[in-house]
Parts: sequence; C-alpha cells; structure tokens
Amino acid sequence: MPHRSSWTYFNDRVSRYLFVSCAVLVSLIILCIIWFVGAQGLSTFRQISVREFFTSSQWNPDYGQYGALTFIVGSLGTTVLAILLGGPLGLAGAVFLAEIAPPWVRAFMRPATDLFAGIPSVVYGYVGLTVVVGAIRNSTSSSTGYGVLAAGIVLAIMILPTVISLSEDALRSLPGTYKEASLALGATRWQTIRRVLIPAASPGILTAIILAMARAIGETMAVQMVIGNSPRFPSSLVSPTSTLTSDIVMEMGNTPFGSIWNNALFMMSFILLIIALILIILVRTAVRKGAVR
Amino acid sequence: MKARQADRYASIMLWVGAIFILAILVAFLGLILGRGLHYLTPAFFRGPEGVGGQLFNSFYLLALSLVFSLPVGLGAGIYLAEYAPKNKLTDLIRLSTESLATVPSIVFGLFGMIIFVNKLGLGFTILGGSATLALLNLPILVRVTEESLRTVPRSYREASLALGATMWQTLRKVILPTALPGLITGVTLVAGRALGETAILIFTAGMNVSRKLFDLNPFAAGETLAVQLFAAKSNPLPGTNADQIADGTAALLIIMVIVFNLCLIIPSRWLQYRLLGKNKE
Repeated sequence: MPHRSSWTYFNDRVSRYLFVSCAVLVSLIILCIIWFVGAQGLSTFRQISVREFFTSSQWNPDYGQYGALTFIVGSLGTTVLAILLGGPLGLAGAVFLAEIAPPWVRAFMRPATDLFAGIPSVVYGYVGLTVVVGAIRNSTSSSTGYGVLAAGIVLAIMILPTVISLSEDALRSLPGTYKEASLALGATRWQTIRRVLIPAASPGILTAIILAMARAIGETMAVQMVIGNSPRFPSSLVSPTSTLTSDIVMEMGNTPFGSIWNNALFMMSFILLIIALILIILVRTAVRKGAVR
Repeated sequence: MKARQADRYASIMLWVGAIFILAILVAFLGLILGRGLHYLTPAFFRGPEGVGGQLFNSFYLLALSLVFSLPVGLGAGIYLAEYAPKNKLTDLIRLSTESLATVPSIVFGLFGMIIFVNKLGLGFTILGGSATLALLNLPILVRVTEESLRTVPRSYREASLALGATMWQTLRKVILPTALPGLITGVTLVAGRALGETAILIFTAGMNVSRKLFDLNPFAAGETLAVQLFAAKSNPLPGTNADQIADGTAALLIIMVIVFNLCLIIPSRWLQYRLLGKNKE
C-alpha cells in the first residue's frame, strides 16, 4: 500500500470539524434570534402591564396606550380565514394531482403550482390591491374594500402551493396496497379517497395545513397592502384593521430604537416568533403520531 | 347506484377545483403582464427614475447573501446527511433548521435591524441586508443539501471508502459531483425566493438607491425591485408616475420568477443527462 501523507488524514479531520461547526452555527442562529428579539420585546413589560398588552385593544402610542389585542385578533382572523378558503381548495388540488389527473395534466400542473410559490409576496399584495380590494368595495357595503376578507383571500391563494405540494406528497407516499385493497372490495374511487387515502395520509395533510398557517400568519407585505392599516378593532370582515405584521411595517420606521413604542413592536414580532415555534412543535407531534400508527 | 353517482360527482368537483386553481394562476400572470409589459422599454431602466439601480441591487444582494449562506448551508447539510450520529445534538440541529425555516421573514428583518443597524451602527446597508437575507436562505439550503446527498446510492460511498479514500475524498470526488443537479436546483430555488423578499430588506437594506448606477459599495443602502414595488404601491409620492413604475416592476419581477422556474427545470435535467452519459463511458 502506498504511503499516504498525513495531510490526507489532516484534511479529513479538519473538514469533519468544519461540517460540525456549520451545523452548530445554524442552531446558534435561531437561539440568537430568540434571545435578541425576545429581550428587546420583553423589555416592553417594564413599563406596560402584560394584561394591558394582551387584553386591551386601545393602541394610542401618543397617549401611552399599548393594547395589541386588535393586531393579535387581526393576525389570527386573517390566518383562519385563509385556511378555511385555501385549505379545502388546496386539498382538492392535491387529491386531483395524486389520484385523478392524467399524466399530461399533472406534468403541466405541478410546475404551475410551483410557480405560485415563487411569486414574490409584494406581487400578491399588488394584485390584491388592484383586483381583490376593488371587487370587495363594489360588491359589499364597505366603502374602502380593505380588511380581513381581502387579506384572507390573498393569503388563501398564497398558501395553495404549500398545501398542494405537501398533501400530494403525503398521498403519494401511501403504500399502493391500501388503494388496491379498497378498490378490490368494490369501493368506488371517491369512497377510496375519502375513507382510506385521506385518513391514512392525515398526518401529512395536517402538517401541510400547519405549515400553511405558519406562512399565513407571518406574511407581511401582501397583508399590509390590503388590510387597511387602521389600528381599530375590526367591526366586520370588510372594515379596515391591522395585523401584527402589518402594524410593525407601518410603525417601525417612525419609532426610535429602545423607546417603549419600539419595544412594543418588537414584542409583537416576538409573539409571531413564538407562534411559529409552537407550530413547528405541532408539526413534529403530527409526524410522530403518524409514524406510530 | 348512489355510490357511483357520488363518485362521478366528486370527480367532477375535483376537476373543477383543479381548473379553478390553474385559472387563478393564468388570470394572475395575465393581469400582471398585461398591465406592465408595455412599460418595459430601455427607458424604464435608465435615468433618475429608472429601475436599473434596483435591478442591480436585487442581484447584488442575492449574490452576497449566497456568499454568506452557501458554505454554512452546504456544511450543515453535509453534516446531517453524512456524519450526524443519532443523538441529542443532531436532534437539536434538526429542530433548529426546521424552526429557522418557519420563522416569519419580518422577524428575520427585525433581528437584522437589531444586529446590523443598531448594535453595529452600520445603518441601512447592502451588507446588513444580504447577511440577514442569508438567514432566510440557510434552512432551505440545509434541507436541499441533505435531501440531494441522501439520493446518492450507499454503494457509491462504500466503493470509495473500500478503495481506501478518506471520507473527505469520498465527499469531494464521489458524493458531491453525483448530487450536483439536486444542489443546483436548491440554489435556484433559494435565489428565486431571495429575489422577491421584501420584509427583511425594508428593515436592513433600506429604501434608498445609490445615485451611481452599479454601486458596489456594500455599506451603501440598497433598495431592490421588490422593495421598490412595495414603496410605489403603499406610499406613492404625489406627482410621480408611481403607478406606472409599480405596473412595470411587477411585470419585471414576474418575468424573473418565470425565468428562474425554467432554470429550475432545464439545467438540472441537462446535467443529469450529462453525468449519466459520462458514467457510461
């Protein structure tokens, strides 16, 4: 065997350490984000009571009132509406792609849904502003068209690619024997889909819905452009209001770093971060439950 | 029979749903291109109101963010795919990558603002913007790297290691070249997302564009196309042609997205073809 220089082994060892440190760095980054954003946000509560922040909808920074309930409700409301509108449609698209579509339709539709995912969120906002808001203004009693409904519709379209691709993957990864057994028992295709395939793929579909929620609640630019940006509690689906993300964008530029107002905005982003982390833990439990079954 | 009717009804509904989804997309693209395409003349890019600077900044920020995120993302992905033992540390790294992938981009933006704009006192800079953008790229790069390395057959590794190659040699000469098409797909995916990102850049790279065209100074503020579309649409300055700029910019962004999606499909297929051809020789 030829003699091998110690360099070969040295390089091998060094590269290994480099890879480990890259991986550790990724963990450090998320911890840093939680630490810095959390510290900045939580310092709000030195001056503002926790109760006021979470239960009051009076947001008048000029008068020292920092109740963020409106924004929290706005964010949750738009997200729930987006899931109600986009979830079933996306699931239908996924079932279609996995079970019904002829190969040539699928070859065309899969890249098309990927294109949805690539469209920048400002472009969604731009279309929402030029089309959706106007349509709502003309068809309802609303004088502006801005509000939770417009944001929910735009978000519903934005989450389609997430729901479709993840649910389709979940349906496709089922063993073919499930379908064959059900069809052999005389079930129709729809009965098979509804009673066998969707229940069996439910952990994957649940994951898709949760990740779609994470995308919807953190979405900023598209929502900011169609929500109306009024810090008032929404009286209906079509009255201008604000969400956590849209209000941060609106007000961050006007507030000096370290002021109560600024800290309150950081607290709002910390809430978003916490929600995202909770959703990830939910995904992990959904996946683990699916694996046990 | 009732079940048969229900089956036919459901099939029709699913077709309708799929056609509806595609119709939304077609309407979307038609609307944007129809409104903006005719503004895209050379004059649209030049001059004080032209978007040439923003277009340049978009790609400059993207390139810098890849410089920051690519080595770390590849390294972490390689670790997870090739080295990671089943232990607490690996679990923690996986959890961190998944969490990083769901962090809303506005939170990255505010984090970048604390670090680069306030703690380091740089103000709004291209450097800070691209470093923060790199955080958005990172989890996607890690995941794509890990997935494409896992598609490389085990026998390749075993053969190389059995010949006496070290793990590093195996990675460099066998595993990475085989996984290259997947890696390139991943980078294009990241690039497409980073080009359209807005929320991060408003808080880190700012909303000003250098007066010099093609300004390479990383400490200058750098407004990108997506940020410009947001600015033109949400607080238009009176007396400017903000609406035209918004229409044109939206069309330009969509064209860039379509080009990137085509890039996603074509080169990876071509590469795969070439690599497989080479192996046969």
